[in-house]
Amino acid sequence: MEMHPYALWVPLAPLFGAVVAGLFGKAIGRAGAHWITSLGVAVALILSWLIYLDVDAGTVYNAAVYTWASSGGLSFQVGFLIDKLTVTMMLVVSFVSLMVHIYTIGYMAHDEENWPDGSLAGKNSYQRFFAYISLFTFSMLMLVMSNNFLQLFFGWEAVGLVSYLLIGFWSSRPTAVYANLKAFLVNRVGDFGFLLGIGLIAAYCGSLNYNDVFAQGQNLAGLTFPGTDWMLVTVICICLFIGAMGKSAQFPLHVWLPDSMEGPTPISALIHAATMVTAGIFMVSRMSPLFELSDAALSFVIVIGAITAFFMALIAIVQTDIKRVVAYSTLSQLGYMTAALGASAYSAAMFHLATHAFFKAVLFLGAGSVIIAMHHEQDMRKMGGLRKYMPITYLTVLIGALANAGFPPFAGFFSKDSIIEAVHLSTTAGAGFAHALLLAGVFIGGFYSFRLVFFAFHGKERFRDAHAHDGHDGHGHDDHGGHHAVEPKESPWVVTVPLILLAIPSIIAGWVMIGPALFGDYFRASIFIADGHPAIAAMKDGFHGAWGMIVHGLTALPFWLALAGAATAWYLYIVRPDLPAVIKKKSGVLARILEEKYGFDRFNDWFFAGGARLIGRGLWKGGDQTVIDGLAVNGSAKVVGWIASIVRLFQSGHIYQYAFSMIIGVFLLLTFWMNRA
Amino acid sequence: MSGLPLLSLAIWLPIVGGLLVLATGDRNAKLVRPLALALAVAGFLVTLPLYIGFDTTTSAMQFTELRWWIPRFSIEYRLGVDGISVLFILLNSFITPLVVLAGWKVIEEKVAQYMAAFLIMSGLMNGIFSALDAVLFYVFFEASLIPMYIIIGVWGGPNRVYAAFKFFLYTLLGSLLMLVALIWLFFQSDFSFNLLDWHALPIPLSAQIYLFLAFLVAFAVKVPMWPVHTWLPDAHVEAPTGGSVVLAAIMLKLGAYGFLRFSLPIAPDASRELAWLMIALSLIAVVYIGFVALVQSDMKKLIAYSSISHMGFVTLGFFIFNTLGVEGALVQMISHGFVSGAMFLCVGVLYDRMHSRKIADYGGVVHTMPKFVAFMVFFAMANSGLPATSGFVGEFMVILGSVQYSFWIGFIAAITLILGAAYNLWMVKRVAFGAVANRHVAELADINTREFVVLGILALCVLGMGLYPLPFTDVMHASVDNLLKHVAVPKF
Repeated sequence: MEMHPYALWVPLAPLFGAVVAGLFGKAIGRAGAHWITSLGVAVALILSWLIYLDVDAGTVYNAAVYTWASSGGLSFQVGFLIDKLTVTMMLVVSFVSLMVHIYTIGYMAHDEENWPDGSLAGKNSYQRFFAYISLFTFSMLMLVMSNNFLQLFFGWEAVGLVSYLLIGFWSSRPTAVYANLKAFLVNRVGDFGFLLGIGLIAAYCGSLNYNDVFAQGQNLAGLTFPGTDWMLVTVICICLFIGAMGKSAQFPLHVWLPDSMEGPTPISALIHAATMVTAGIFMVSRMSPLFELSDAALSFVIVIGAITAFFMALIAIVQTDIKRVVAYSTLSQLGYMTAALGASAYSAAMFHLATHAFFKAVLFLGAGSVIIAMHHEQDMRKMGGLRKYMPITYLTVLIGALANAGFPPFAGFFSKDSIIEAVHLSTTAGAGFAHALLLAGVFIGGFYSFRLVFFAFHGKERFRDAHAHDGHDGHGHDDHGGHHAVEPKESPWVVTVPLILLAIPSIIAGWVMIGPALFGDYFRASIFIADGHPAIAAMKDGFHGAWGMIVHGLTALPFWLALAGAATAWYLYIVRPDLPAVIKKKSGVLARILEEKYGFDRFNDWFFAGGARLIGRGLWKGGDQTVIDGLAVNGSAKVVGWIASIVRLFQSGHIYQYAFSMIIGVFLLLTFWMNRA
Repeated sequence: MSGLPLLSLAIWLPIVGGLLVLATGDRNAKLVRPLALALAVAGFLVTLPLYIGFDTTTSAMQFTELRWWIPRFSIEYRLGVDGISVLFILLNSFITPLVVLAGWKVIEEKVAQYMAAFLIMSGLMNGIFSALDAVLFYVFFEASLIPMYIIIGVWGGPNRVYAAFKFFLYTLLGSLLMLVALIWLFFQSDFSFNLLDWHALPIPLSAQIYLFLAFLVAFAVKVPMWPVHTWLPDAHVEAPTGGSVVLAAIMLKLGAYGFLRFSLPIAPDASRELAWLMIALSLIAVVYIGFVALVQSDMKKLIAYSSISHMGFVTLGFFIFNTLGVEGALVQMISHGFVSGAMFLCVGVLYDRMHSRKIADYGGVVHTMPKFVAFMVFFAMANSGLPATSGFVGEFMVILGSVQYSFWIGFIAAITLILGAAYNLWMVKRVAFGAVANRHVAELADINTREFVVLGILALCVLGMGLYPLPFTDVMHASVDNLLKHVAVPKF
């Protein structure tokens, strides 16, 4: 157990870039900011690769950097655990981050247009944006590289902070600053559970270091939660998983993710698709030695995952904002990953996490490229036929859509199919239910992916008549919509090159990784699977190489479901573009439920936000002002005043009154004294 | 250890300095300000050796001083610090120069009196934290009320007289019962006012309960604990910025410190008997007050309520009787000194420009004051307990300690994670973000160098303590362990 010599520099390089660009943004200028931050992330990527080579050779690095604090027999440390699970995340994070840094140079080039005139906050917003995304990269790396729960929580909250700052980046927009508050608070609900889980671990294991905790797994398994007959480890795992539900936007804590699209598109790709939202998936995989001890917790996980996968996909089919379609698709894919966790197929979840990071980044960045071309128009009803004008964007988005829908041989096929198969083979209670939902989700996934492609890139060029009645959709996106008459054109190379570089792994990553990641022993040292959970082992028997899987996949149900979904989209948006409106009308309530997103936002606003304010006001007016101040404090002041007004009667200044009371007093005292004696 | 009477210096340097400033006179404002600053800085510098020379291996009192004061009643001038009190002397002396700086331009009336009041108060509070004689403690404890009373009453807002009275009466009445308790203990201990003697004094449980309750009234008002907290929001709202900073950063800690110095060691069995009450009151403070903070429309009131909620964490940490809880509570007290001080300074920055504390009068401040908003967001995050800020450390430790004690107590305490973020960030959202709300906001000027320095120093403290709290926790271990061992042993 030792520290890899480069380990510390992996997170510190992006942090350095973030600090310089954040504090001295004005001095170093725009170019300085994007160079120094991009270089920082590039250094992190290269060092991650070098570490990967060492880790791949079989070494596991685990060491403390410094002791953060100590108390009550616990020693809190900051330290790194680098095994294959970690290094996979390090590579994914730093690679996608670097692509996003480069892409941002193009995307944010005219950011001053997004700010109100004279806003000082808009002055160095370009530099600040780079500082934030580098700070995010640092935080995310600290999260994945941690060897203990404290630092995990640090990274967990730090990525939440940067997410908050970035969703609300365009701080003059009411929708953006609403969305970032919402995101932070919903995540805090998750963190509430997460912290309690950590508290239980500290209380029962006496350590927060992963290895110490995992080593005590069997002891934990024998304990029950005080006062109940629940398994302690079930409570711990569900608490931890509540944290994952917040960060990875699982039902019913998913509500913040769609709104987070108010942030600039590069961060939607980096934070809200490829990396941060997968932190929950990573965390549960990391905690596999704990989750494996509790079948109840795994059932909870698989059901939540399946619900998210299916019901969020359904919402995607009624969205018209191009980014929101991708956002709901992300929710659905995260649901797939979570379901895999519940099936004890951690490696499948991690595999899908990696492929999804690539193809979802492509979809988001592609959407961003479209948004640039459309001058910050995000409504697909005002697009159409774009493939002629932006061939590179079109092609890469198409690749992303194919991967997202799970068509062979694209990356998503391998990982998604593995998940479905693993859930099918799983013995976790609820796996049958989950399997049905996941299969249905494949059809929907095929549909919404190709709906996006056909809606935005094929068909009639609706943007031509859009500017005629240039009404802004209530999102308040930019005030420069007047340029629609200009033909859309392909984005600059800083935008297209990252798209291409991310499209490549979206094609091949599945093919390359499936053998070692899923069925080899790549994750063996990092992931623990209990004997009673056979899904992955059973799949291994049926696996005969990537090629065999493709051939088999072509005859299997998921492929045909996805194809049917894509065909439906083709029919509805290419052949009969008049139909969707008719269907929407006919389906009435159903469409309305989907458009209302099952009413969660409305309910949360009313029940939680409204309820909290109501309670607060009640306690303040009723408790503090009426009872405590009104009755007790001012009341006693009144009593004192009342007593004083009576006492005042005695201080009349008339000698005879004083004399008279003196005589009565003496008399009373004497009586009392005499009787006592 | 050097031969200098460091604790006496820490007490009397600011007090004598304050008198000096007072003598310089209000008319020499140009001279008064740098003089006050120099004295405040000097006051801080003399406390540094207390930390550097502190022996973390022992729980015994250090830097002790002993002189007769009123031998007839065996009242002594007895000073000393342990791992529980030493950090507060440093914190107090550290905050004073910042307060002087914060009042640099804003206070134009009676400058010398203003600066003198803060210096004297700083010295008196150092006296509270280092007194080991009960009478000495009591004198400092009560005397420190006077400068604060004057600060609120003279430089305060429109309703300052009501607030100053409420503050004074509340805290004075609270401490009268303590005086009775002290005198009772004096007779009980064969005429000693030495706190350390009292710690070893066997007392029957029933008497301990009375003692505990008497102390409770005094300290609960100071902390303040629910339901005797309503003086604090009024006092904060009316106090000038500097007054609010000292009130929140130091003065609230006096009550909490009293629990550790008096209640727990003198009446340990009663403390254990009544722990349920203390835990219940603390949890009510955390949750109830968190909700109340949410709906405040006045920024200062909001932060005042958030202070009460945070202090609820402190008393919770004390009465779960484990190391994590007590040390977490102490860390929380230090951190709260930085964070709440900074939050009040932030409101002060806005108030100086707009003369309004109403959230509704603001909106979109980020467009005119981006540097300021960066600080405000940072401190609001610290106030919500974000990791890597000092606000996290204590909260984290107390929650861990609570879960160790009972999961459901930890559960209720952890609700602050959600409530704290809600009231802090909702305020930030309405004040700082969105479109520029009105003409006045559009004309705001960003913070100047002086304000930048003050907020910057506090930000560094918050960040530093969040990233590396070990130097703070290390100092406490021996004393806290000793205290907890002491509390665990029956005394009757």
